[in-house]
Amino acid sequence: MTAQAREGLYELLEQVTGFIYPNEIEIHWSILIVVYPYVTGLVAGAFILASLVKVFAIKEVQPTYRLSLLTALAFLLVAPLPLLLHLGQPQRFYEILLTPNPSSAMAMFGFVYAWYLMGVLLLEIWFEYRRDLIVLAQTSRSPLNRVYRVLSLFSKDVSPEALAFDRKAIQVITIIGIPSAFLLHGYVGFIFGSVKANPWWGSVLMPIVFLMSAIVSGIALVIFLYMVLTALRREPIDMACLDKITSYLFYAVIVDFSLEALDFIHRLYQSEESVKILGKLITHKLFLSLFVIQILLGMFIPLGILVLAKARGFNDDLRKLLYFTAVILIQIGIFATRWNVVIGGQLFSKSFRGLMAYKMEVMGLEGLVAALVLLALPFVILAVLIRLLPTTRLEEPLTP
Amino acid sequence: MNERREFLKGAIVFFPAAGVLAALAREVAGREAPAKDAGAKDAPKPYTPADHFYGMGIEIDKCIGCNLCAVACKAENRVPDEPFYFRTWVERYTIMRDGEVIVENISLGPQKETMADAREVVRTFFVPKLCNQCQNPPCVQVCPVNATFTTPDGAVIVDETRCIGCRYCIQACPYGARYLHPATRTADKCTFCYQRIVKGLQPACVEVCPTQARIFGDLKSRASRLVRFKRMNKIHVLKPQLNTEPKVYYAQLDGEVR
Repeated sequence: MTAQAREGLYELLEQVTGFIYPNEIEIHWSILIVVYPYVTGLVAGAFILASLVKVFAIKEVQPTYRLSLLTALAFLLVAPLPLLLHLGQPQRFYEILLTPNPSSAMAMFGFVYAWYLMGVLLLEIWFEYRRDLIVLAQTSRSPLNRVYRVLSLFSKDVSPEALAFDRKAIQVITIIGIPSAFLLHGYVGFIFGSVKANPWWGSVLMPIVFLMSAIVSGIALVIFLYMVLTALRREPIDMACLDKITSYLFYAVIVDFSLEALDFIHRLYQSEESVKILGKLITHKLFLSLFVIQILLGMFIPLGILVLAKARGFNDDLRKLLYFTAVILIQIGIFATRWNVVIGGQLFSKSFRGLMAYKMEVMGLEGLVAALVLLALPFVILAVLIRLLPTTRLEEPLTP
Repeated sequence: MNERREFLKGAIVFFPAAGVLAALAREVAGREAPAKDAGAKDAPKPYTPADHFYGMGIEIDKCIGCNLCAVACKAENRVPDEPFYFRTWVERYTIMRDGEVIVENISLGPQKETMADAREVVRTFFVPKLCNQCQNPPCVQVCPVNATFTTPDGAVIVDETRCIGCRYCIQACPYGARYLHPATRTADKCTFCYQRIVKGLQPACVEVCPTQARIFGDLKSRASRLVRFKRMNKIHVLKPQLNTEPKVYYAQLDGEVR
């Protein structure tokens, strides 16, 4: 242990209120474990938005379809990194795949992740882009054409039958994909919800709350990216699309808020052994991040903004501004939600007699800088993906 | 003739007495536990974990809060000295007339005197804590790589060469009995001094306890002190509602203890 870490723990010891078990002073799941469910949530949410187009045939949302898929992929590629960096012995990570403990919720991560990446997302993206990849392989210059050829897995068939098969395949994958996306993020919620030792986490609603907040954050992110992307490209925004997605966002926030309110009221009304310490937790330790950021800034204000934007006949520019503000606030709110679950669950003693403190490292593997890098990385990956893969279907005529 | 009669008389008295004394001596030496018990008569049998099932009894009223157990544990098991890492520790409870409960961890070092007015104190007592070596251990359930497991003789231990340091077990333990060892970066916890018990010795904390507030024994042996302890006392375990089925049994446990 470094002298600095030791000093940090002594400092935290001073900040303990009440009684805690001695080993509880160290906060074990740090900011990186806040990033992990946040990023996975964005994946699941973005994918579910993409599925709306294919499964429920909502045509207005088509302009964001490919963007949603690429967003999901960019964030999914980053999702395991915070977990890996957080391990005490990261070089042994493969053990979780080679000798998993079937009774461990966490051991399933590798399999759920691999299934979602290989069985759903990459497959759907490949079928969606196959024709375009063939076109790009023919029209782009060396060496990029080789890249496209490899990406298309050397397929060349663009006959109407082949394209019909692509569409059919996408349909099937999406239908499998929705429950898979639910599984991916519901599973993350289960990791927390199944911990009976921790009353802040141990709730059967946890996977559902995680899922709904994932949908909220994913939709909000795609709206944000769509608006930024069209602005960068100086293209007009499809307002019908934007209005439609923000309506979905609105409903998703309502459902998410209802679930969280239900959880809150249920805990308060059941008033179990832990109710006093949890009350202290939310008033002493989570007041800012829960009441101010998550609920007020992340839910009430954006809901108000969305209602305002829908109800009044504002012009397009003002609506855009309102939507843009709302999605950023919602995004901050969902990050605070993850923070409150992960960090909040470690700030009270399992003796229910005291509260601990968390002091975030700045540098270091589990620090703020590492978290910011991990949050920025998906955007870099996405930028590369968008460069490589057009977000709208190519119209170029095929050369024979 | 007479001599022979005398001899027989003596023998009748001597042999049973010798047997009783020998049994007592064994009892005093506390050897009813491992290894020697099973095949005591002849050559020492190799230790067979499946023949044993260990647990611990703690008699609250006997604990004087000397903290020797926690000190011995740190020395025996190379637990880091800093006050953030404990395999066992001792809590002091002070229950006031108005219902207020003050809990302190005396193993953290010298404690400030908190009692303003001794007349307001209803009762005080010490509670030694350690891993409860649960029979339904949540930590074992959640370990993604099987690095923590229950031995056939009932100790929950960690293989530090397998542990990946994800710390899910630390989160899952309701008793705060686990920590991340700063040197190995893997989970660490009380093992009932596994290295000692397989040799027929007592765990270090039991060995040093001056008042025998801690009783270690084999639940599979009817002659074990622990089995007798469980028979003679009204027993409680910590957080029974979580169904972890602890094998650390408390006598005279107060309802305030969690």
